[in-house]
Amino acid sequence: MSDAHAESHEAHPTWSTYWKVALILTVITVIEVWCYYLKGFPETAYFVPTLLILSAVKFVIVVLFYMHLKYDAKLYRALFTGPFLVAMATIIVLMFLFGKFAIHLSLLT
Amino acid sequence: MTATAADVGHGYTTTGLPHRKIAIWAFIGSECMLFASLISTYLIYKGRSIAGPFPHEAWTDPSTHHVYKAILNIPVTSCSTFVLLMSSLAMVLALAAVENRDVPKHTLGDRILGSSKLWLFTTALLGATFLSFQAYEFTSFVHEGLTIRTNLFGSSFFTLTGFHGAHVTAGVLWLLTMLGIDFKRGLGPKDALNVDIMALYWHFVDVVWIAIFTLIYLIK
Repeated sequence: MSDAHAESHEAHPTWSTYWKVALILTVITVIEVWCYYLKGFPETAYFVPTLLILSAVKFVIVVLFYMHLKYDAKLYRALFTGPFLVAMATIIVLMFLFGKFAIHLSLLT
Repeated sequence: MTATAADVGHGYTTTGLPHRKIAIWAFIGSECMLFASLISTYLIYKGRSIAGPFPHEAWTDPSTHHVYKAILNIPVTSCSTFVLLMSSLAMVLALAAVENRDVPKHTLGDRILGSSKLWLFTTALLGATFLSFQAYEFTSFVHEGLTIRTNLFGSSFFTLTGFHGAHVTAGVLWLLTMLGIDFKRGLGPKDALNVDIMALYWHFVDVVWIAIFTLIYLIK
């Protein structure tokens, strides 16, 4: 059996870790919704970055702990992060070409 | 060190990893790009609808003077988001229960945590609940005057969330199939890879919703 095979069978998190992760995800979701309703905050420049960071944290926690990428073989990580980075680049490039970024940069009228 | 012939013959590639798990990760990678295209379409069209209803602002139809309120219902969607997050918890508990089927269970708590049937059923139930929330949301939007043909927001919103809902539906059917197998012959450590693959798909559906909830519902 190969090293990668052995690596793919590393121990997964314990039940208590799963419960803690669920609690953290719930708390972050509550904070996100609270930010949405916080008077005046959605109009500030901090609103969008705050939500994007909180969302990214949730995303990473689920991928690392629930999808076990933190514990599994590196090949799985590559198979996920490669297309994911292409997907992110696609969104950013399209936003620069046609979306809000283009309007801010006066590329579109 | 390479995989042995026996490994390859039993579903392991020359990398030493199970080919089905490599396939599901490659599939998830391709799904990332599908949802990226749908999300970027939504973001590009955001704020460009000429006529309402709009997601976050009220709108008065100039011809009929009918006032349409902001269409998105954040409290309802927050609840459905919580439901989907908890379904991911139930899914990892189901996988852990299958992997630890042979571990002796001494207490009631051990038996509850170790019941794959309970956690598979809970995951499917929470997935179905999420779909019910989505059906309620879509129905109320149509009643409030927003359909897939009303404006750019309606087209991109229903396409994106509809695709996600279709993925959740496929996941619920997959869960129910696995639950049926569990009732028929019981799932054990030898089935852990099959449950793991299903769990990866289910968590992917969850992380896509994490992005959708923030980008579509919360960011004004």
